[in-house]
Amino acid sequence: MRTDGPVRRCDGATTDLISTAYGQRPALPLTRCDDGQEHDRLMWVLLGIALIVAGFLLRFNPLLVILASAIVTGLAAGLDPLTILSAFGKAFNDSRYVSVVWVVLPVIGLLETHGLQERARGLIDRMRGATTGRFLTFYLLARQISAAMGLISVAGHAQTVRPLVAPIAEAAAEKQAGALDEEQRDEIKAWAAATDNVGVFFGEDIFLAIGSILLIKGLLEQYGILLEPLQLSVWAIPTAIAALLIHGFRLWRLDRRLNAQGAKAHLPETAEDAA
Amino acid sequence: MITLHWVYALMGAVFAGYALLGTADRSNPRRFTTAAFWALLALSMWAGDRIGDIGNGVLVLGLVAIAGFRGMGRGSGGVSLAQRQARADRHGNGLFAIALVIPVTALAGTFLFKAFPAWIDPKQTTLISLALGVLIALAIGCTWLRARPIVALQQGRQLMDSVGWVAILPQMLASLGAVFALAGVGDVVGGIVRLAIPDGSLLGAVIAYGVGMALFTIVMGNAFAAFPVMTAAIGIPLLIHQYHGDPAIICAIGMLAGFCGTLLTPMAANFNLLPAALLELKDEYGVIRRQIGTALPLLCVNILLIYWLAFR
Repeated sequence: MRTDGPVRRCDGATTDLISTAYGQRPALPLTRCDDGQEHDRLMWVLLGIALIVAGFLLRFNPLLVILASAIVTGLAAGLDPLTILSAFGKAFNDSRYVSVVWVVLPVIGLLETHGLQERARGLIDRMRGATTGRFLTFYLLARQISAAMGLISVAGHAQTVRPLVAPIAEAAAEKQAGALDEEQRDEIKAWAAATDNVGVFFGEDIFLAIGSILLIKGLLEQYGILLEPLQLSVWAIPTAIAALLIHGFRLWRLDRRLNAQGAKAHLPETAEDAA
Repeated sequence: MITLHWVYALMGAVFAGYALLGTADRSNPRRFTTAAFWALLALSMWAGDRIGDIGNGVLVLGLVAIAGFRGMGRGSGGVSLAQRQARADRHGNGLFAIALVIPVTALAGTFLFKAFPAWIDPKQTTLISLALGVLIALAIGCTWLRARPIVALQQGRQLMDSVGWVAILPQMLASLGAVFALAGVGDVVGGIVRLAIPDGSLLGAVIAYGVGMALFTIVMGNAFAAFPVMTAAIGIPLLIHQYHGDPAIICAIGMLAGFCGTLLTPMAANFNLLPAALLELKDEYGVIRRQIGTALPLLCVNILLIYWLAFR
């Protein structure tokens, strides 16, 4: 910990959260000022990142790691502890909307205790030709298209993946491969969540009014480059197609693996029956 | 006017309900500290705007203290598989219909509520309609399944307990991002990336931009934080000014290169760790593992797309 008191930031110290977050200072940071203290500060600031990486890798409780990193980073930047605490508290309060997704848990709990996941199994059993890969590819495409229309929060991990997509994918995998052990069950659930992420990430930027498109437009304006959102969002289409192809291919290979496992599991069984 | 604060009030009530029900759960060895955690979150939802920035900071310290010193536990119990199977057969596909009420309401609300900007905050229609969808689904579900609302809250609490402190991880990481921004971490990283670019190589600059976007997003957990830094450090001075690239293509696809990084990092907790908790996966990085095989090839595609399309 530093003992020589807080170091003021050499660019004037009145750091405004938003302007720093969105980089409104076109900065050439390593050359901005070159006294020893600045160099010191840089090293400490990076220590905060190193702490996070090490903490996640060594699997310490992430909440403690985050707090420690915030303290180290803040002190390195010459902020006093109370400023760090209030900056952290303010940001925590401002980002409460992130936690609104948990509001769906009572509905999921109610439906699951009345047999939602078991019902998903029944549904898949009656659908011929339904496989994990095909179902998830269909979901991927549907998610990309709806996100491209701006419908981001219509689906999601709490809204659709846990109650619908994961149980259906799991049921389909069981139909293909026979009984799954817990690890495989987890893998299929993780595929469902991953597919949701890929779908929304590489669909949403096709929509004009999404935050990232507006951020690009706003940033470029500061450099005197004026663009319409549409000029930006059309260039999200090639990547969206590539994402569909790459992830779809991987889901097709997942299907082949599950089918092979099913075929293998099936053979000894019939041989046993014959004996 | 209905604003996000109505949703926060609802969330506060739900968390307070979890806390109250939790204190009665004798199967949870840490029921009181677990309940205290949800009670603090209820306080945050209800009074977060009134207790000041330092008050919120102290509240966070309390949450971290409970979670960091193993104060969170979960009870046992639940309905047996045979019973659930029997109920599934009895209720049929109507269960899906209720599950679909939530996305359908969110969809309808997103469009309809925009027509009533005087009554419903037009900027928050999606979250408001999400909460509304939950209330409608609960009303229909409890009526049709003949369950008391307390059953839904109790089941919700058990799910919430199994998620545990991971519930606030996304909010915590967002707050860390704010401190990183305040400390100027972005400037430092941007400067280091600039040092790594070989002179006079267009492909080298494009790779540095794309990989830099992905790497910095991995560190920050958010492509929005990486984009201004990388664009100021490489995109504008090199790709646009020196090599005369098309800014729309460079920036639009550069942002997507950052999204590839989002798929790879535990720092993006709401996308990667939250679902692992919600799906009760043993491996908290299970979702990230499934995403690596898509994210890395897609990052290469993005870099090549910029190289081919932006400099014609």
